[in-house]
Amino acid sequence: MKVVSYLLLALFCGLLIYASTGFPNRGDAQAVINRPFSPAGTPNAPTHYILKSKDEIHTDNMVTTILADYRGYDTLGEETVILTAGLICFLLLRKEKEKDRHDPK
Amino acid sequence: MPDFLVGHFFYWFVFLLMAIGLFGIVLKRNLIKKVIGMSIFQVAIILFFVASASKWGGTVPVLDPRLGVSDASRYINPLPHCLMLTAIVVGVATSGVAFALIISIWRRYKTLDEPELLAKMKNDPD
Amino acid sequence: MTQNEDNPIITLISSMVAPFIMLFGLYVIFHGHYSPGGGFQGGTLLAAGIILLRLALGSELGKKQFPSRWGTPLGSLGVLIYFGTGLAALLLGGTFLNYAFIPFTRLASHNRYWGILSIEIGVGLAVMAVLVAIYDDLLEGEPHA
Repeated sequence: MKVVSYLLLALFCGLLIYASTGFPNRGDAQAVINRPFSPAGTPNAPTHYILKSKDEIHTDNMVTTILADYRGYDTLGEETVILTAGLICFLLLRKEKEKDRHDPK
Repeated sequence: MPDFLVGHFFYWFVFLLMAIGLFGIVLKRNLIKKVIGMSIFQVAIILFFVASASKWGGTVPVLDPRLGVSDASRYINPLPHCLMLTAIVVGVATSGVAFALIISIWRRYKTLDEPELLAKMKNDPD
Repeated sequence: MTQNEDNPIITLISSMVAPFIMLFGLYVIFHGHYSPGGGFQGGTLLAAGIILLRLALGSELGKKQFPSRWGTPLGSLGVLIYFGTGLAALLLGGTFLNYAFIPFTRLASHNRYWGILSIEIGVGLAVMAVLVAIYDDLLEGEPHA
């Protein structure tokens, strides 16, 4: 049973390494994701964020403008996830008070 | 051939880290070690995205007054960095909830070993 | 963590260093426009400053600065600040989360600058409160000094 698990893990790793031979070189500035226009003719999003961030939002840091202005709806969803995790921990782990036991008198 | 190796060896290390994380989730018996394996898997995914956003000769995506903003190939791709900030924080929240569930299991069944825990849950009349 | 003999080096050093950690966390939040940083990073640094005091000084002294019942309400207040900025943009004539319509100044790009700042404050507050609340809940019933 354990031998089958180890074989499946090795198969998973080998399959991913075989699939990675189709990637472009890491850091290639002429790769498809780094060009100003995609192969379908539409403008590329990261190039627009780099070029227009100072003109439209008056901010130097491009990661902050993407996080809070261009993609601000995703950040709202993520903050809801953080609040939900805090509420789950609060509801799971508080102790019951001793005088509220269910003893009908 | 050396060009291919230099451009691709980093991906192989990241897939090895993913396999180590999966090994921890599937093949360890203690519940806390499974949660640690899940955390290693998340770190491997984040490293993969951040490394594939780099460019040779590019700098940090904060506007440099000496470089200007005319050429987009002087700055690295900022979009995967933004998505991975979200992923890191979601990973922290998931680990916090997992540890809260482990504490509840310990208080109820007094064991953290998975085959023992399954046997106790099957015999429990509750 | 079941007993805590008073170690004077740890007590002195941690109570001197913790205000500087919190000040640096506020710096990282407010300088998110000009250097790497922003709401999430600054909120985590603020939470680290508070948790350091709880670890080093014990549970009673460490809770005098930030009581444990403030955790969840401050987190909800942070999400409310974020949502309120988006709703203010909707009610003042634009679309949801489009800060160009909130009249801080006269230019549209400067309005978006100040909108990002108000969002980062909400995010930092929520992250700090939830991280401290998770730490307090995980140590709820332990009889430690």
